[in-house]
Amino acid sequence: MATLNVLILVCLGYVVLLFGVAFAADRLAATGRSTWLRTPFVYTLSLSIYCTAWTFYGAVGYAARSGLEFVTIYLGPTLIMISWWWGLRKLVRVGRSQRVTSIADLISSRYGKSNILAICVTILAVLGVTPYIALQLQSITLSFSIFAEADPSGIYHEGTSVFWVAAGLAVFAILFGTRNLDANERHHGVVTAIAIEAVVKLIALLAVGIFVVWGIAGGVGPIMERIDASEIGRWNVHRGRWAAITFLSAAAFVCLPRMFQVMVVENDDERHLRTAAWAFPLYLLLMSLFVVPIAVVGLDLMPEGSNPDLFVLTIPLALGNDWLAMLSFIGGFSSATSMVIVAAMALSTMVSNHIVMPIWLSAQGRRASMSGDVRDIVLLSRRISIAVIMALGIVYFRLSGGGAALAAIGLIAFAGIAQILPALVGGLFWRGATRTGALIGLTVGFGLWIYTLLLPGMGGALMPASVLENGPLGLGWLRPQALFGIEGIDPMVHSVMWSLSLNAAAFCIASLVSFPSPLERLQGAQFVNVFDHSAGPRGWTGSVAQSEDLMIMTQRILGAAEAHVFFQAEAERQGGRGYLPEPTPAFLESLERELSGSVGAATAHAMIGQIVGGSSVSVEDLLAVADESAQLLEYSGQLETKSAELARTARKLREANEKLTQISMQKDAFLSQVSHELRTPMTSIRAFSEIMRDTEGLTAQERTRYAAIIHDEALRLTRLLDDLLDLSVLENGQVNLNMGDGNLQDVLDRAVSTAMAGSDRPLRVRRNRASERIPLHTDLDRLGQVFINLIANAQKYCDAPDPVLTISVHDVGGQAVVDFIDNGSGVPPEAQSMVFEKFARVGSDKAGGAGLGLAICREIMQRLNGEVSYLAGQGGGAFRISLPLAYKQAAQ
Amino acid sequence: MSRKVLLIEDEPNITEAIRFLLTREGWHVETHAEGSDAFELIMASRPDLLILDVMLPGKSGMDILRELREQEDTRKLPVLMLTARGQLRDREMAEKAGVSRFMTKPFSNTEVVTAVRDLHAQASKA
Repeated sequence: MATLNVLILVCLGYVVLLFGVAFAADRLAATGRSTWLRTPFVYTLSLSIYCTAWTFYGAVGYAARSGLEFVTIYLGPTLIMISWWWGLRKLVRVGRSQRVTSIADLISSRYGKSNILAICVTILAVLGVTPYIALQLQSITLSFSIFAEADPSGIYHEGTSVFWVAAGLAVFAILFGTRNLDANERHHGVVTAIAIEAVVKLIALLAVGIFVVWGIAGGVGPIMERIDASEIGRWNVHRGRWAAITFLSAAAFVCLPRMFQVMVVENDDERHLRTAAWAFPLYLLLMSLFVVPIAVVGLDLMPEGSNPDLFVLTIPLALGNDWLAMLSFIGGFSSATSMVIVAAMALSTMVSNHIVMPIWLSAQGRRASMSGDVRDIVLLSRRISIAVIMALGIVYFRLSGGGAALAAIGLIAFAGIAQILPALVGGLFWRGATRTGALIGLTVGFGLWIYTLLLPGMGGALMPASVLENGPLGLGWLRPQALFGIEGIDPMVHSVMWSLSLNAAAFCIASLVSFPSPLERLQGAQFVNVFDHSAGPRGWTGSVAQSEDLMIMTQRILGAAEAHVFFQAEAERQGGRGYLPEPTPAFLESLERELSGSVGAATAHAMIGQIVGGSSVSVEDLLAVADESAQLLEYSGQLETKSAELARTARKLREANEKLTQISMQKDAFLSQVSHELRTPMTSIRAFSEIMRDTEGLTAQERTRYAAIIHDEALRLTRLLDDLLDLSVLENGQVNLNMGDGNLQDVLDRAVSTAMAGSDRPLRVRRNRASERIPLHTDLDRLGQVFINLIANAQKYCDAPDPVLTISVHDVGGQAVVDFIDNGSGVPPEAQSMVFEKFARVGSDKAGGAGLGLAICREIMQRLNGEVSYLAGQGGGAFRISLPLAYKQAAQ
Repeated sequence: MSRKVLLIEDEPNITEAIRFLLTREGWHVETHAEGSDAFELIMASRPDLLILDVMLPGKSGMDILRELREQEDTRKLPVLMLTARGQLRDREMAEKAGVSRFMTKPFSNTEVVTAVRDLHAQASKA
């Protein structure tokens, strides 16, 4: 019988061996002879930390309790490895090109180097992984206790053993995980030790399996019969649970901090993934090969009530095969230790980088960056973090009572870690994903996970039974295991469904609604298009290449012509040959100023920094960002211009429409009036011509009179048509002025005599001939026409018994002014503004005019650069003509 | 008893033509050229038939017609309306105002005479 002392000795020996291996590997790596350490198989074996003590011991227990459901734990990673290796390859490529140190760093980096996101992911990871670490401690303790039961010396104490195991693991993790600060965060020693542990645990499990199948059951045939006879062999497939757990294990495989550590951070060559894609599923297959036989035999062989989680250990012990039991114990020990070491390392990196260091740096202020002891601080904070994480594991182990089934704890942790998935996958494949989206999605998913799975799973300590039964405050639809009244689902499936779907939905919606910062856009492009540009180191060969790239970028932002002018000017200032300036600090500064005017200071700085700094951002990415910004700017500019244009056009249209309506109304009114004016004389003409035609026995006197009426009306028609034509020509501006030199007196003389001859009404005209001797340069005939019109108006409309028209001439301010004032009653004030409109006839007097005379006068005076206006308050009808003097006109 | 027609028209030559035509038909023709006081004149003169121009100085023939139709005594007075504005709208307005006959200038003499005869015959029958 193996004693506890022997066991402890073997354990210590094994640990010393691991230390030796790790130390040797680190030494080899340091001297650059580590190539054989970095084979695809070592990489694949390091991935096997997925198989923890949970898998080593727990899978058998799982199978004994729930039949074949345990397969799902292997199925998820297998599916990921086989069908999604290209996604993993992208993850690895991004991780390497961005030099990320952890999954928190990756998420933070993708979303604009947001530290708050990093903190979120870190806290999530610590909360999710702590139960997992507790689980490992539990399994080691349990396996110890199995041996302790058989040991009569009784030196074993559970509490102290947990502490010593945790302390030992912490020391290992601290020694090899935080020996130094490597820029790439690679730990050759640890990885090599893990690979050896992977081999050990596989051999141990296979050995137990072979022992069970061939040593106990008696071969393949009999064991198959036993399996068929047992409950486990039946496929009790609970479809929802199967899908949920397969999905969870797949998600956890990608998101678990320790998996990320070995798969991405420790990856040396992404081609290793190609090997791992088939080798790792094979490893999983071997690990699961004997699970069912061991479980079946264990259930048969072991007494009722013995813990099936420990069949791997208890079966060899019960059959007295101490060395096999020892090997099995070492296998389980390997599973637990490798997981705890890597998890503690990964978590400590996250905690120290994203929580401790930012706090320390801000507490130190500016001194920190100067002092040079940052390295020590980082290492110290990592070491302390490892210790704290281990302590947390112990606390959780104590809190949960150490009794819960291993698999249940493992699944709770998986579900928590899986909340990172939407932000991770979205960040890799969707450029539209934003920091806000990731933050909100994570918070929602994480909150729901705590509420629906973690707290109910911890027992009555943290969540009272009443809340579980009736919901918080009696709100039934908020019951943690039946949200929104959806009952009857497995609590696990229920929690995963709600937390992940709402997480993803919140992530998508918030991403669509929020607007990414320039850095986020840049990082988004970097991540999503990682394969387009990260094949090798960037080839910035010499400064001219840089200048060219800067030129290309500037063109995208400022436009080709402006960029060219700017670069040329800068090149000349440098005393330059060619048109490309050297990228001197002065030039870069002025370029940045120039660009920030277009894209904002931050973006400009980032863009130039990325090109000149030779960082791994590709020009294409920068240009994509530049294009986007430029398009946005241009688009919004266009929109503004367009809306202003539209407003202008609308106003113009409205005005044009109003004008058209007005013109149309004026036209209708004019036509109606013309019609009236034409029809009136035609009526008389027709009536009298019919009378003359149809009436017999008209007297000669009547005949003469009627013929005279017809004649007069015909003349009236002619006059009207003449006036209309005249007005039309004047209004259209088609009139040809016949400019000539003359004298005002002569023009008045002719006008008075013409007007008097055309009418037999009595009118005396008073003039002061001396004042009329004014030379004119104008169209004398047109001016005469205006005078005749005004004199004729006085003849027609002056209602005084003894009508007198006074014509007076003045020289007012360089203008010749001629006033025509009669002694009648004049134009009534309300009609004075209308007299120059077409067909505006005032009063009842039908004097035979069509009402176009004054309208014509106004048009003529406008053509002659003069004016005709009505003079109010002169006692009678009073019109004033003003027109430029001859010398003035000549001077012009 | 001789028939009396009142002609309200501001164009003297047209007035003379209609007076000539209707006098020969045996009408006693009274004339007036002003719109503003036409209504009072009609009420005072009590013609058997009214011939009304639309565009009159002072007051439109249309308004005069409306006022007439509001009075009990003149509601049935035959009114022949003449206009030189040959628009459909004017005809519609006149019909709404209660015109008996609407004619556009220039008219044929026979048309006017026949219209006057018809209107008078209808009025006598009623």
